[in-house]
Amino acid sequence: MESTDGGDEERTTKGSAWDLPDLPTGTLPPHIQLQKTRVVCNKEAPTNTENVQYAGAYAAAGVDNTVRLDDFRENFRVEVIKLTEDDMEFDLIGLDASIANAFRRILISELPTMAIEKVLIANNTSVVQDEVLAHRLGLIPLNVDPRLFEYMSENDTANEKNTIVFKLHASCAKGGSRITVKSEELKWLPNGSEFLLAKGNSASNQDSKQKTYTSFSCSQDSLPEFADNPIAPKHADIIIAKLAPGQEIELEAHAVKGMGKTHAKWSPVATAWYRMLPEVLLLKPIEGDEAEELVKKCPVKVFDIEDIGRGVKRATVARPRNCTLCRECIRGDGWEKLVALRRVKDHFIFTIESTGALPPEVLFTEAVKILEDKCERVITELS
Amino acid sequence: MVSNGDLVDQPQWAGVDKEFLAAPVKSAVDKFQLLPEFLKVRGLVKQHLDSFNYFVNTEIKKIVAANNEIRSQVDPKLYLRYKDVRIGEPSRMVDYVTEKLTPQKCRISDITYAAPILVNIEYTTGSGNSLKVQEKRELTIGRMPIMLRSSCCALYGKDEEELASLGECPLDPGGYFVIKGTEKVILIQEQLSKNRIIIDTDKKGCVQASVTSSTAATKSKTVIRMEKEKIYLYLNQFKTKVPIMAVMKAMGMESDQEVVQMVGRDPRYSALLLPSIEECAKANVYTQHQALEYLEKQVKPLPYASTRTEKRASSILRDIFIANVPVHDNNFRAKCIYVAVMLRRMMEAILNKDAMDDKDYVGNKRLELSGQLLSLLFEDLFKTMNDESKKLIDTVLGKPNRSSLFDMSKYIVRDSITVGLERTLSTGNWDVKRFRMHRKGMTQVVARLSYIGTVGHMTKISPQFEKSRKVSGPRALQPSQWGMLCPCDTPEGEACGLVKNLALMTHVTTDDEEGPIISLCYCLGVEDLELLSGEELHMPNSYLIMLNGLILGKHRKPQRFATAMRKLRRAGKIGEFVSIFVNEKQHCVYIASDGGRVCRPLVIADKGVSRIKEHHMKELKDGVRTFDTFLREGLIEYLDVNEENNALIALYEGEATEETTHIEIEPFTILGVCAGLIPYPHHNQSPRNTYQCAMGKQAMGNIAYNQLCRMDTLLYLLVYPQRPLLTTRTIELVGYDKLGAGQNATVAVMSYSGYDIEDAIVMNKSSLDRGFGRCIVMKKMVALSQKYENGASDRIICPPREGYEAERMQILDDDGIAAPGEIIRTHDIYINKQSPTVTRGAPAPNLPDSKYKPSRQTYKGPEGETAVLDRVALCTDRNNNMNIKFMVRHTRRPEVGDKFSSRHGQKGVCGTIIQQEDFPFSERGICPDLIMNPHGFPSRMTVGKMIELLGSKAGVSSGRFHYGSAFGEPSGHADKVEVISETLVKHGFSYNGKDFIYSGITGLPLQAYIFMGPIYYQKLKHMVLDKMHARGSGPRVMLTRQPTEGRSKNGGLRVGEMERDCLIAYGASMLIYERLMISSDPFEVKVCRKCGLLGYHNYKLKADVCSTCKNGDNISTMKLPYACKLLIQSLSDEAHAFSGGL
Repeated sequence: MESTDGGDEERTTKGSAWDLPDLPTGTLPPHIQLQKTRVVCNKEAPTNTENVQYAGAYAAAGVDNTVRLDDFRENFRVEVIKLTEDDMEFDLIGLDASIANAFRRILISELPTMAIEKVLIANNTSVVQDEVLAHRLGLIPLNVDPRLFEYMSENDTANEKNTIVFKLHASCAKGGSRITVKSEELKWLPNGSEFLLAKGNSASNQDSKQKTYTSFSCSQDSLPEFADNPIAPKHADIIIAKLAPGQEIELEAHAVKGMGKTHAKWSPVATAWYRMLPEVLLLKPIEGDEAEELVKKCPVKVFDIEDIGRGVKRATVARPRNCTLCRECIRGDGWEKLVALRRVKDHFIFTIESTGALPPEVLFTEAVKILEDKCERVITELS
Repeated sequence: MVSNGDLVDQPQWAGVDKEFLAAPVKSAVDKFQLLPEFLKVRGLVKQHLDSFNYFVNTEIKKIVAANNEIRSQVDPKLYLRYKDVRIGEPSRMVDYVTEKLTPQKCRISDITYAAPILVNIEYTTGSGNSLKVQEKRELTIGRMPIMLRSSCCALYGKDEEELASLGECPLDPGGYFVIKGTEKVILIQEQLSKNRIIIDTDKKGCVQASVTSSTAATKSKTVIRMEKEKIYLYLNQFKTKVPIMAVMKAMGMESDQEVVQMVGRDPRYSALLLPSIEECAKANVYTQHQALEYLEKQVKPLPYASTRTEKRASSILRDIFIANVPVHDNNFRAKCIYVAVMLRRMMEAILNKDAMDDKDYVGNKRLELSGQLLSLLFEDLFKTMNDESKKLIDTVLGKPNRSSLFDMSKYIVRDSITVGLERTLSTGNWDVKRFRMHRKGMTQVVARLSYIGTVGHMTKISPQFEKSRKVSGPRALQPSQWGMLCPCDTPEGEACGLVKNLALMTHVTTDDEEGPIISLCYCLGVEDLELLSGEELHMPNSYLIMLNGLILGKHRKPQRFATAMRKLRRAGKIGEFVSIFVNEKQHCVYIASDGGRVCRPLVIADKGVSRIKEHHMKELKDGVRTFDTFLREGLIEYLDVNEENNALIALYEGEATEETTHIEIEPFTILGVCAGLIPYPHHNQSPRNTYQCAMGKQAMGNIAYNQLCRMDTLLYLLVYPQRPLLTTRTIELVGYDKLGAGQNATVAVMSYSGYDIEDAIVMNKSSLDRGFGRCIVMKKMVALSQKYENGASDRIICPPREGYEAERMQILDDDGIAAPGEIIRTHDIYINKQSPTVTRGAPAPNLPDSKYKPSRQTYKGPEGETAVLDRVALCTDRNNNMNIKFMVRHTRRPEVGDKFSSRHGQKGVCGTIIQQEDFPFSERGICPDLIMNPHGFPSRMTVGKMIELLGSKAGVSSGRFHYGSAFGEPSGHADKVEVISETLVKHGFSYNGKDFIYSGITGLPLQAYIFMGPIYYQKLKHMVLDKMHARGSGPRVMLTRQPTEGRSKNGGLRVGEMERDCLIAYGASMLIYERLMISSDPFEVKVCRKCGLLGYHNYKLKADVCSTCKNGDNISTMKLPYACKLLIQSLSDEAHAFSGGL
């Protein structure tokens, strides 16, 4: 891994002001460089957590701190570490924390998904109260691409473009044993609601079809997107309720498009977060028993021992990425002088755990698009 | 080593981790297993159940046997005799059919859970010479309310499944009654022991010895006090104090020397007695006759006695003076000795202040339980019933010609007992004139706010003193409370320290037979009192033997005697609750077998070696042994507070020395049920534990397994209650892990946003979205469909489906009653009831519609909120009216201002709710549920909370519930911080629980490591929705025309006296004017400028008139508060002319 670039300069402790060159050299002195690029995780508290944003912050040293697009283009890299159906871990390198955080925030709260918002309960004799049942249903992740739907605003009628209707009808036979109602029993109704609207003068227009709670103009399964991909909950085994003999649940659930900031059920991610790349440095060569001790100390096996010949064992930093910052290696007297724990400020290990509506890599690109939109909006507002 | 592995065998221990229990045990033998066994045998409220069972099985038979005959005064040959009495099964008669009752049925249909009192009687029939003796069996004389889970209860001995089929919660402790559908618990009453000599000082500092005597026949209080070096007797029956020597002489102790001998030959004692002897001589009292004459003059005259009955003094001395000492055949010797012992103890106390008794000492207290209280009540009612029956029989017999055959048994069945018991239990006022007992507030409605509140309520002890007294003594924590009463659980405020709670293992005794103990004592070498001279009484090496306050005699080898008695007790030859206490200071051996003493089980040790060995515990584990076998084989015994003074009790087996006589079973049992929930309470500042004890009762959660089948007036439930990650042994024993009242929240201890000052907490909106802190509030509404005396009745009719009112009646079904599952808003009608306009007079069948007026009931809830009608129950009440109960359910998510608390007395309101993306997150993506300000820690010193956080964090990462029982570290019932830290490190956390956190707002790391982990949080019942209130204009009080007061009446917010002072000081005069007059009660009056009195406006003449001056020349109009006008008029009505001085 590419972690210890320029490690030798940084290993020197803070130099005295007298040692600084008289004239600006165009590079930052090592301790300022350290401050700028690393979070130092000391035993008691982390330091240098701030980013320096001001363009002229290092003007005295002859260093220009301006953000330049070209530099960014050159240095920015994305490396995907792990990608499964639901989870994704990737590195964002050469980025400011605020941008990485913006992605995280957008992922959590501004990416839309579909979630059950309205529940029409025809019958519920289970012990689970109606509101609680509705709340539970709302939190079930649905396996449907939200991009294919529109938002439903207050005075919109429910149609095939903004609403997905599910039906749940479960009952437990008398004399039988208790049953568990799971999310697989939510059945998609591509033609919309089957519940008839009670209100309205039904007598006047007998001929026309009686109105239901939705007004679909066509069946959803006739749409090409859903023709061979029926809509269903992402996981079939989420427990909704348990029914005792003689109990019954009959309901219709209407899912609409929404955003995580309105309610967490619309959040497309279980969570999304990043951490800065750990950097573990040995400030002095650690050999012999101390090396053994260091290796033993670390619960996540950051350190290894290498034999440097003649039976002398020296500790090396083998897997700094594993570091969880438990600070065991710098616990105890004097250890802080031997080991330095740092975080690289512009290297983010980003993790997305999708709830299943969209694959995580799509989520991230969607998040990028939203940020782009926002930037454009700002630009148009300004101009 | 004995492991607790067998816990797992029982279903209730299914969740317990085997590995933890199998971990190496510190002390030689782990005795914890005894505890669940103890609670299995005795239940959580054993004290109530034992007491009630004793009453129902033993005491009631004694009462009936003592008053077993009703004999006619008119014809003494006619009699009725009770042969036997027993309590039947809980049932009631409905239309002459007996129907069995279950508690749940009684709760729902508002009836009393009671069982018939059945008697077998024998009585004479016929008259004159043709008398026949007849018998009747199983005659009901009344109905006794039954304590749930007692031996008479339908739930007795039922297992979990059977209980469930009866609609009962298996975790419900029982111990209360169901009276007219409400659950009532008789609080444990704390009292000073009866029939014991107590030495203390009165207000002036005079030393006194007092005895509160209580026998079946009489109750009295005898006080002997030393005043100005002379000793007097204070007794209510005497007008003034009486010299004690005169009393002694009146009881036959004519020789002063004998008295001195009896008190003791120590010259210091005789010196103290001398002034009294002299005084007696001065009064010319030398002989018994003279003394009686002297006392006769001091006797208070009876209030209604016309003639002075002679020899009252003698009878007072016999029957009232220290009534607990019996006098047989006018032999006063026992009483004399008793007085002498009292005097001797007084003098000891005068000479040595240490000999004074402590009234607050738990050994001098007795707890009165439901059984005792009910037996008093029953005795009174039974006697009253017999008297009434007798009167009735006599009046019937007194009639000259009786037509039918006289049957005595017909005159006995009444409902006075039923009504009396029911009324007393439902009001809580014990008014037993026969025993001069007038006590209020003895019963309370069982607190059903949380499960722990219910259990805690059963262990509550209500004090003897009134709460207003500003004394610190009785409120202070007594060392003798150790192990008996919980040191933490007491309310704050006026009842602080007076209201106490029982500890986990405490047992309260019931009365035990005295007879066998007395004969046993004599067999073991106690010398009878009758055979002893006064001189011999206080021989240096002999000890007096006292049984329940009575002097039995003396023994020359007290220690040997005590050891023998104890051996017999351990062998089960005498009751296990009999206490033998050798008081070396007083040279007395006290044997107690009376009821109401608190005691607790302890392991017996011989020379510091515990009698419980590994194989015993193994046998217990295998189910061969029970707690009772331990008791029977003398491995464990109960010690009461007094006997504890003769024991040296080691906390742990390892700490036992040669002298140790007993070993504690588990140290955490010194705490009660409520304090047992707190993890690591021994690390907290003590008041914090007290606060939590009060708050645990307000926490929402589950209240019982049958919570949704009950119809409580108010019910708070948590939607997703959890079991605490950091549990204690008590939690498992009590069942809090099954009926929890809180949720494990991930807490970050840091400051955030500024909305977290003053203990406020910041909550994560996404957590709330996902169900954290969500609760259900259920309220009951009742509608009654009444029948009236003229035969008319209310009717409930189908609502109109059209018209202007139809909208408010949408939720009604066709039967006119709201349907369950409907959404109800405020002002909605939930029952379309109509009442007849005429309800009295002649019967009026088939009333036309016009004779009915609507009497609908509307729902009043918070404006803008919708609730759901949860259930509707119809039942017939006691008066055969239809009773309709509605449960309205409101689901709430936490909002700003709702109150939360951890288990360490750290309460706080929700200060703000913040989006998840703004919340900080850790390196592993964990986002806290709530943020707590670190300023909550330094002054509160709740270290336990920090350890809870560490322990739960280790718990979630290792997948094992951690324990934090009180004082549990040495015995392995609490995880040590070191071990927890190791676990944390093993899972990649810092040993100190602090994580590296990124700010959710800037995305940068925070400049500190943040202490973060799960803490069990309780949501308390105080919610803003129920409290918030503001109004503009609104209702006013009729009389003063000022705005009403209080939220329920939509009242105004008062600018009080102090607020007014501020405005005055500031000089905001117009604001005062506006607040106190314009916005309150402005009024215009006509005032006469001349006489200064109020005038009026004559609408006919259209002119203002002054009624005093009889003209309208000088009338002015003036504005003043209506209340002021009211005052002026009331004063002038009282003939105080009030002139305005205009």
